[in-house]
Amino acid sequence: MSGIGTGYDLSASTYSPDGRIFQVEYALKAVDNSGTCIGIRAKDGVVLAVEKLVQSKLLVPGSNKRISSADLHVGVATAGLLADARHLINRARSECQQYRDTYRSAIPGKVIADRMSQYVQAYTLYSSMRPFGISTIVATYDLHGPAMYMIEPSGVSYGYYGCAIGKGRQVAKTEIEKLKLTQLSAREAVKEAARMYGSRVF
Amino acid sequence: MDHFPGNWGQPLSRDPHVVSSTDWFPGPGRAAAEPIARTQQPMVTGTSVLGIKYKDGIMIAADTLASYGSLARFRDVKRIISVGENTIIGASGDISDLQHIEHMLETVMIKEYCVDDGHTLYPKHIYEYLSRVMYNRRTSMNPLWNSLVVGGVRNGEKFLGFVDLQGTTYQASTIATGYGAYIGQPILRKAVEGREDEITEEEAVKIMDDCMRVLWYRDARSSPKIQRATVTAAGITVTEPYELTTEWGFAENIKGYGA
Repeated sequence: MSGIGTGYDLSASTYSPDGRIFQVEYALKAVDNSGTCIGIRAKDGVVLAVEKLVQSKLLVPGSNKRISSADLHVGVATAGLLADARHLINRARSECQQYRDTYRSAIPGKVIADRMSQYVQAYTLYSSMRPFGISTIVATYDLHGPAMYMIEPSGVSYGYYGCAIGKGRQVAKTEIEKLKLTQLSAREAVKEAARMYGSRVF
Repeated sequence: MDHFPGNWGQPLSRDPHVVSSTDWFPGPGRAAAEPIARTQQPMVTGTSVLGIKYKDGIMIAADTLASYGSLARFRDVKRIISVGENTIIGASGDISDLQHIEHMLETVMIKEYCVDDGHTLYPKHIYEYLSRVMYNRRTSMNPLWNSLVVGGVRNGEKFLGFVDLQGTTYQASTIATGYGAYIGQPILRKAVEGREDEITEEEAVKIMDDCMRVLWYRDARSSPKIQRATVTAAGITVTEPYELTTEWGFAENIKGYGA
C-alpha cells in the first residue's frame, strides 16, 4: 500500500496510512546490520556477549567498546550505531547517579530499564529528530536477583531470559532456546556464549 | 522545543524553561534581602580518630559514639569507612558531613568503575580528592566540618594522611584528630615513631586499644565502644564494634572533686 518513497518515511512524527512509522523501522535496519549481540539470564547472573567486527587493524585494542557499565550493577550491551549507544549510556549513567543522589540506594533493574526506554521513546516523537539506531540489552542485578531487558529503537522494552540482536540474531536465538536457562549458572552461561561465538554458530 | 536531550526529564529546578512565580512578584524570593548564613558549627559529632603505620600497613581506630552537643545521642555509629580495595577513612566531626563525603566518594568510585580502563583510585588519589574538596568547601565559606584520617597501602607503600575542615593537610606515621591530638598523639609518637616497620599487628592493636582507653578516661565526648580498621597488602579489615576493658578501682581514692 504505502511504502518507501511515498513521503511517509521522512519524519518520525508521521504515520503511514497503515499505521507504521517508517523512521523507526529504518532504525531497526541499522541495528540488524550490526555485529551479533546476545544476552543470557542465568540463575545467578546475566551474561552479555558481543561480536566486534574488526573495522581496521590500525585500531587500538579495546577501542569502540560495545559493552559498558552504567553503575556497579547495571551492564549495557548494544547493537547498532555506536555513537548513539554512547549517548544512551551517558544518559543511563546519569539516571543511575540521580537515583542514588535522591534515594541513597542503587537503582532497581526495572527502573533503569524503564527510564532508558522512556528516553529512547522520546526520540520517536519529533520530526526534528531521528530515533536511536540501536537496540540495547540492559543486564541488572538487584535485590530481586538478576534481570535482563531489551530496548528497541521504538522505545519498547521487555524482560527476557535470553535475547539476541544484530546480524546473527536468528541463529543465536535458536541456540539460546536450547539452553536450560532456569538451571544454568552464569559461569556456565559464559562458556555457552563463548562456544556460540567461537564455533561461529552465527 | 528543547533540542538538548540532555535537559529532558531533569528536575524542574534545573530546567531553564520553567519559571516560578517569584520571577514576577516582589518579596522574599529569588533575591533574598537577608544575607545568607552557612554552617557555623557542627551538629551531631564524632570525637577523636587515631591512625598509625605499622609493619603490615595502616591501622585506624575510632569510637562509635555520635554526640549531640554533650548528649551521647547515637552510640552505634560507624565512623570508619572503606573506599575501594585499599583505602580506609576515619572521620571525626560532623556525622552528616561524613555521610555526604561517603556519598561523594561512592559517586566518584562508580564514575571510575564505569570508565573501565583498568584503573581505579588508590589511597593517594582519594586523599588528594578529599583535600581538594575540603579546601574548596572552606574557600566557599561552607566547610565540611570534619577532620579526616586517610590510610592505605598500595604496591607495598604505606600511606597515612590527615585533612581537616580548613583544607589543612599533612602526612605522618601517627595521626590523631580532635581531643586525641592532645592526649593520644604523644603516646602514639612514643610508641610508633622510628619503629613503623617493626610493630606487629598484635602490638599495633595494643597501642591503639591503650590509646583509646586513655581517651575514654579523659575525653568526656568519647565512648568505650570502639572499632579498628586495618589496611594491609591482603586488603581491608574493619572490626565489629567492641568494648574496651577498663579499670575504675582507683576512683574511690580520688579526693577533692566534690564528693
